Amino acid sequence: MLTLYDTELSSRLLLGTARYPSPAVLSEAVKRSGAGIVTVSLRRETSGGKTGGAFFELIRELGVRILPNTAGCHSASEAVLTAKMAREVFGTNWIKLEVIGHHDSLQPDVFELVEAARVLTDEGFEVFPYTTDDLIVGEKLLVAGCRVLMPWCAPIGSAAGPRNPSALVAMRAAFPDIPLIVDAGLGRPSHAATVMELGYDAVLLNTAVAMAGDPPAMAEAFAKATDAGRLAYLAGMLEPRDMAVPSTPVIGKAVFS
Amino acid sequence: MSLFLVKGAGVAGLAVAYELLRRGEDVDIVDFQDTVGQGASFFAGGMLAPYCEREAAEEVVLTLGLDAAEWWDKAVPGAVIRNGTLVVAQPRDLSDLTRFASRTTGHSWLGREDIATLEPSLAGRFDKALFFENEAHLDPRLALTGLAKAIGNLGGLFHLGWGPPPKKNYTAVLDCTGPAAIPHIPGLRGVRGEMLYLETSEVALSRPVRMLHPRHPIYVVPRDDHRFMVGATMIETDDDGPISARSLMELLNAAYALHPAFGEARVVETGVGIRPAFADNVPRVVETEEGLAIAGMHRHGFLLAPAMARKAATRLSNGAGLREEIIA
Repeated sequence: MLTLYDTELSSRLLLGTARYPSPAVLSEAVKRSGAGIVTVSLRRETSGGKTGGAFFELIRELGVRILPNTAGCHSASEAVLTAKMAREVFGTNWIKLEVIGHHDSLQPDVFELVEAARVLTDEGFEVFPYTTDDLIVGEKLLVAGCRVLMPWCAPIGSAAGPRNPSALVAMRAAFPDIPLIVDAGLGRPSHAATVMELGYDAVLLNTAVAMAGDPPAMAEAFAKATDAGRLAYLAGMLEPRDMAVPSTPVIGKAVFS
Repeated sequence: MSLFLVKGAGVAGLAVAYELLRRGEDVDIVDFQDTVGQGASFFAGGMLAPYCEREAAEEVVLTLGLDAAEWWDKAVPGAVIRNGTLVVAQPRDLSDLTRFASRTTGHSWLGREDIATLEPSLAGRFDKALFFENEAHLDPRLALTGLAKAIGNLGGLFHLGWGPPPKKNYTAVLDCTGPAAIPHIPGLRGVRGEMLYLETSEVALSRPVRMLHPRHPIYVVPRDDHRFMVGATMIETDDDGPISARSLMELLNAAYALHPAFGEARVVETGVGIRPAFADNVPRVVETEEGLAIAGMHRHGFLLAPAMARKAATRLSNGAGLREEIIA
């Protein structure tokens, strides 16, 4: 079981809710993925402070835990405000904290992120920070009160997959007891399997499913890959070696070559 | 011959009024606005682009939309411009163009020279484009004015503006009130769309141009008098307040990226419309207490109104009686 802020979850896949062809497709994708948590952007479905009541109602009807996010926020204060709005709208202390440093690269602004995490933790939020794979930033987020870290593996929406696996390995080693969720950059199920094999606790994805030709089928594919990666991690994988290793003994056999 | 009341003089209401009149029925049309097409129809792109829409819409949107251009051409002669659709992307978003091509049919790939031939204003700006030759577009405001005229010629009676609704013995009432029906029809929600009009004589386009982008895709539809309709956002809310600064910036940024001359254009109009939609974004003819409703046109008003109007008119006019909800 995956435990995030004292909540036990059977699925290790978190699904974003943006950019699906329709709410009906989104709903089907969430069901097929078996995800126990969906993230919802407050800003994307907001106009001048008014929020998408009907859409949020559809999200609530999915019957899974809602993790509101602060996507689109560019400063700590903006993110804090959005988090408070989200708490009102969804009645949860959970917040996926996203503070974007540049609107084009969508890189997290880690300085503002740490500041926002501190403020929100003080206000009783349980913060899921979207961060880089930088270890020191990770440490500061934990000092700020976070009990989960969500590093990227590639830029948001890039579908590039793990670009720096060694950094992910180092992060796993540095924070053995903290739930680590790969939050951005996954493009294919094999990417999800790869990071799960590295010992990550869960994956969060959106674009790779939402923009797929058949989002519900892709959601299921990711769920299976996530489970496979986790199972493989627990089962203990062989380390690669340079030479062939026969799987049956050769001593005593006739050699014909 | 029966007498029907159509509530709502937007694209769905006018289309069904026209279809009923064509079948020999009598029709009254009411709307609290003083002129026709003042709701979301007023801010529509008017693209008759079933192939492009298939990128994100269900297959039925394609099949039902295929003969839309022909319908509009017959109902309002001269309104339809059959120049196809051009789809482009910035060099770094070329994978979006490939993705678009894989999700759609009815297109061909163009290179630099073909693009320059089709749209001289875009010469040298894009290496590759998708051309959807069999698509068309129209000016929604001109088209609805023309359709209203055709309805009048067929004997349809308009009751526009606030006032007591006509008290007559109607065989059935058709609810075509768009977003106003959201509270009454289960499963209907509002999707906000924001758009703007630019005016410049430095750019000339002969067909709608869609520019793909991972976050801010836009389309630019040329109109008469050097005007360009730039749209449109899709925000999950039924708030119809003025366009937000963010949306305005995004639309303008994208238009500027399509052609820098748009940076010097005048912003002559901004608009916001609420598109009613069901969870699958597919419209339906639904049964109501008084008759039928054409609901959930989403962003496909001009594309799917003809097919939905025919469905509704056929059900009412052949006396087959009201049956279960028909999914489009």
